[in-house]
Amino acid sequence: MRCMLLGCALVLFASAAARGQYPDKQAFEVIEHGRYMATAADCTACHTAPGGKPFAGGGALETPFGTLLAPNITPDIGTGIGGWTDDQFVEAVRTGIGHGGIHLYPAMPYTYYTKLTREDVIAIRAYLDTVEPVGNLVQANQLPFPFNQREAMVGWNALYFTPGEFKPDPGKPAEWNRGAYLVEAAEHCGLCHTPKNAMGGDENSQAMQGSVLQNWYAPNLTGSRRLGIGDWTVDDIALYLKTGRNSYDTASGPMADAVMHSTSHLTDADLRAIAVYLKDLPPGGSGPAQPVSQQDPAMQQGQAIYNNRCAACHTVAGIGIVALFPRLSGTPLVQQSQATSLIRVVLEGSRAVATDAAPTGPAMPSFAWQLSDADVAAVVTYIRNAWGNAASAVSAGEVANMRQTLHRDAQAP
Amino acid sequence: MSANSAAVNAISCRSADLHARPTPKLPSRRALLASTALLLVTQTAGARTLAGGTGMPWRPFAGDPPQAVEPGPWVFFTPEEGAAVEALVDRLIPPDAETAGGKDCGCAVFIDRQLAGAYGSARGLYMSPPFLQATPEQGLQAPSTPAQLYHRMLVALDAFCRATYAGNPFAQLPDGEKDRIITGMENGSLQLQGTSATPFFEILLQDTRYGFFADPVYGGNRDMAAWKMIGFPGARYDYRDWVERYNERYPHPPISIAGRNAGSPLHP
Amino acid sequence: MATKLPATEIVIIGLGWTGSIIAESMTKAGFNVVAIERGPWRDTATDFPPSYAPDELRYAVQHDLFVRPAQTTLTFRNNPNQTALPIRTWGSFLLPNGVGGAGVHWNAQTWRFLPTDFVLKTHLTQRYGAKFLPADMTIQDWGVTYDELEPHFDAFEYLCGTSGTAGNLKGQKQPFGNPFEGPRSRPYPTPAQKQPYGPVLWAEAAKEMGHSPFPQPSGNLSQAYTNPLGVTLGPCTYCGFCERFGCGNYSKASPQTTILPVLMRRTNFEARTGCEVTRIKLDNSGKRATAVTYIDTQGREWEQPAEMVFLCAFQMFNVQLLLLSGIGQPYDLNTGQGVIGRNYSYQVTSSVQAFFDNKIFNPFIASGAIGMCIDDYNGDNFDHGPYGFVGGGYMGMVQPNARPIEATPTPPGTPQWGAAWKKAVKDNYLSTILPSVHGSCYSYRDCYLDLDPTYKDRFGRPLMRLTFDFHENELKMSQFLTDRLAEIVQRMAPRQIAKLPRTGHYSIVPYQTTHTCGGAIMGTDPKTSALNRYLQSWDVHNLFVTGATNFPQNAGYNPTGTIGALTYWSLDAIHKQYLKNPGPLVHA
Repeated sequence: MRCMLLGCALVLFASAAARGQYPDKQAFEVIEHGRYMATAADCTACHTAPGGKPFAGGGALETPFGTLLAPNITPDIGTGIGGWTDDQFVEAVRTGIGHGGIHLYPAMPYTYYTKLTREDVIAIRAYLDTVEPVGNLVQANQLPFPFNQREAMVGWNALYFTPGEFKPDPGKPAEWNRGAYLVEAAEHCGLCHTPKNAMGGDENSQAMQGSVLQNWYAPNLTGSRRLGIGDWTVDDIALYLKTGRNSYDTASGPMADAVMHSTSHLTDADLRAIAVYLKDLPPGGSGPAQPVSQQDPAMQQGQAIYNNRCAACHTVAGIGIVALFPRLSGTPLVQQSQATSLIRVVLEGSRAVATDAAPTGPAMPSFAWQLSDADVAAVVTYIRNAWGNAASAVSAGEVANMRQTLHRDAQAP
Repeated sequence: MSANSAAVNAISCRSADLHARPTPKLPSRRALLASTALLLVTQTAGARTLAGGTGMPWRPFAGDPPQAVEPGPWVFFTPEEGAAVEALVDRLIPPDAETAGGKDCGCAVFIDRQLAGAYGSARGLYMSPPFLQATPEQGLQAPSTPAQLYHRMLVALDAFCRATYAGNPFAQLPDGEKDRIITGMENGSLQLQGTSATPFFEILLQDTRYGFFADPVYGGNRDMAAWKMIGFPGARYDYRDWVERYNERYPHPPISIAGRNAGSPLHP
Repeated sequence: MATKLPATEIVIIGLGWTGSIIAESMTKAGFNVVAIERGPWRDTATDFPPSYAPDELRYAVQHDLFVRPAQTTLTFRNNPNQTALPIRTWGSFLLPNGVGGAGVHWNAQTWRFLPTDFVLKTHLTQRYGAKFLPADMTIQDWGVTYDELEPHFDAFEYLCGTSGTAGNLKGQKQPFGNPFEGPRSRPYPTPAQKQPYGPVLWAEAAKEMGHSPFPQPSGNLSQAYTNPLGVTLGPCTYCGFCERFGCGNYSKASPQTTILPVLMRRTNFEARTGCEVTRIKLDNSGKRATAVTYIDTQGREWEQPAEMVFLCAFQMFNVQLLLLSGIGQPYDLNTGQGVIGRNYSYQVTSSVQAFFDNKIFNPFIASGAIGMCIDDYNGDNFDHGPYGFVGGGYMGMVQPNARPIEATPTPPGTPQWGAAWKKAVKDNYLSTILPSVHGSCYSYRDCYLDLDPTYKDRFGRPLMRLTFDFHENELKMSQFLTDRLAEIVQRMAPRQIAKLPRTGHYSIVPYQTTHTCGGAIMGTDPKTSALNRYLQSWDVHNLFVTGATNFPQNAGYNPTGTIGALTYWSLDAIHKQYLKNPGPLVHA
């Protein structure tokens, strides 16, 4: 029923926009569309603090440069955006120039949101106007000098920011363009999946080839069969975004949140559009890797640990159990250029995403107490090179660093 | 399960409360979001309130694994008591050509650490008075804890041995004499300080077997000797490939929950 | 002084199997539900992961998942002439604690009681005459029939994904299934588990003797399964750590693996753990529950008002809360009047140890509900006329584990220590099997529960007092069934067997089973039952009580399948009748 209503709203809104009318921000269909676009843009991921009121801000963003707190975007006059004009709101979302002319940090993904249509941003504003106003003053900037100098963003923007609304490719079908819009603008997939340079700007030549962010590895989303989603069908991709899992992969970590808060709420048509667009990305990323020799002592040790400790869920053959235990054999996720996420989930465990369509949300236990750094390195190396997989070996030092980074005393042997 | 003791079921009062675990200091922003469910835990209406709508709670590193027993000096026993218990467990489970005895398997170390912990102090058991005369069907009604029983009976055993065997403690006696004393404890013919030693024999035998067969993480079953002796593969969790292989010995060595640290060979 | 909380619509006391099923059903219907649970929150990866779940000492011996006797226990005596003494450490049964309840650490043997079990008194009287039954036996009909329960057995099995082989589909007997079972409307959701060597050999012997062996229905699944709520379970890996353990790989049906992931997505649900309910409060008329009071781990007392109360704690504790709350008339042994505490019953288990030469059974490869069984001697599946007792049980090679502390049997005559013991353990471990009998236990006038006059819990509340002994009927049955089992085992040509029928007085010390039953039973007459046929209190219409507490007597099966079916049966009546017109569903 909700989907049907939403579908109607989309149609109505599209026709209003097509006629070039300024949208009526109190119209049901505009607010409903704004809610949908705010979901697609996953505003809540940052602007709703854990346990806090929706959109009242305060969520912490750890960046390589320090901590940022997401501001309050409820319609509260004093501490939220209640006093902003629509133009100011659009400016902030699409150019990173906040109320009063201050520069936002690109943790607010305006480098992506700049591609949102003005109508969509206004609709988001219309929706935000309907949420409960919350008085909550957020001191957003927690960065140390020199990164706390917002004026520095002027230079940063000149280097790494290309403003401008999404331009459909007339040579591509409407579905592809809809997918491109959702991926490049609203869902800001590249924020995590495109490698960053030292200043935090996108390495556009390596777009969607995978990147480390906050001690997770956001995998390659290109058409590479080994590293990316070259083997996935459009249905596989849509299923993953809808439910958080498919026969290749299970969403955990940051992607679990993206699925939970955003993609699982998109219409099937939009998920399909995203999939069509992603399927069209050319293969990218490093070439074929040389597998670590099965005779390598680390592989032998890793196999033993795997069979003893991992196989009861993931199976000796690494094929997992569909919808429950992720497959490891032949899956791109375990063969990425860096094993960051694998090391992390072995150490601290992981909770897979739960969605209405797939509510199980199984969790993997922490092995930090049981496996030493060398054990974890061996078993991750094994997983990356067993069953025909091929990827670089992992060192005990990498595991030790991760353990330390995760601020946890190692009790393992 | 043997029918003898309030101490059979010692309880280790582990906290299952996830809050007792330290949090990693700098969770990622997304991990913070993921832990929404836990942060919604409030103190308003009870010990822990889990609000629906946020899914199953979870947090990194959650769990309550056992603490491995470390080798080292006695924690509960005096050196003399420790020597006596090592001698006792080595007669209850004597060494043979293939498998170590109770002493070298660490049974006394196991008992020492257990008595120093929750088991020894009967923590978690119902210890409220009155303690009345019970029928055998009603189970043990003793006000003393296993720790108290061990101390009392080991002192009594030592006194008995020194008085009977020219000042020699139990550990110094020939095996035949040791076995004679243990048999007396078992069948009730041996009184120690005026009471039957049978309850002590039963608890000692039971604890020795626990030490022999429990996971090595608790200090006994050293090198998984007991598991290897009988062919039990230990903490393995997957026999799908073996359930229908009939009349064939399972080939893989046992593993311990303590991992390789406790000397468990690995499944190749 | 209790702090009064804002009212909710439904309070559930105890978040085990039945509490979870009810919470899911009622939140789905839109009601605000608060579940109050004495123990901790528990979940697979954080509380019993495969990395440390297989720990016999911690879980099987030291009872890590069970309620601590220091928190609450009960007192016990064999007969009313004795002084009941406290169970200071668990023995005969192990009472659960925490979210998931006994559903976390059960063996997952998932049976349906026989059609005749539900009309037991009528059936036995008709077949054998009233005089055949002992004078002090107080068995009753349940007030509900197998046919009425069938859709609800089905619902519970499809919730769990139960693995089994149907023996009777809509009245048609099926090969390889249990020919004695009541008709089922469709097959088990998943096929039976694989069988290890011991069960296969035993089944061959049973078949040669003219019996009808079939695989035990198992909640440890033969294959991955997604239940109607959308929750997925994995395949059992035969690790042999089920009973007394949580399952580490999502393959044993439990509230955690079948319901809670969906329930915890509902915004109209809330669980409060570490909170022990002390009383159900009634209004001035005494006919309506208004609230429950509970105490949290910090010792604070709270009052939670509600429109409906579901009492879903474990069997013993349901009875205790009814008595402490003054709901229903307590059973009086002297007059035989009163219903709360009446008809406590248990289970009569026995076994045969069989020692073989030249056989390697690898008995550690198992699941909690592995095995091959026969039902030829269960219930009234055979003519009891010649034998002078009633009741029966299933029997089979259903050994759920061979964990070495508790499953290293030695042949009779072996010393219990020394070199001979050690050699016997070594020689016999892999080549010994422990087939067993799971016998019924009928109810008697002098087997009951009441409040102890002496011993108190930490809040000063009287402990429950259990007065129970085996009666001659049950001991005869145990001897008969154990003999039949031994005959089958002998056909397997073991070197030596040891028959271990149940004899003598019931003892609280050795573990037998946690299938304690009765005390607030269902029925058709408020003079002889605490609850009507829909599990609704005769006295307090907005109070429903679930669990084996409901059983007027126990059948020769594990209880959980029937507990699940009764819960769904009750919910069906609540949704179809009670919510439309709250009040007594049956007029006495």
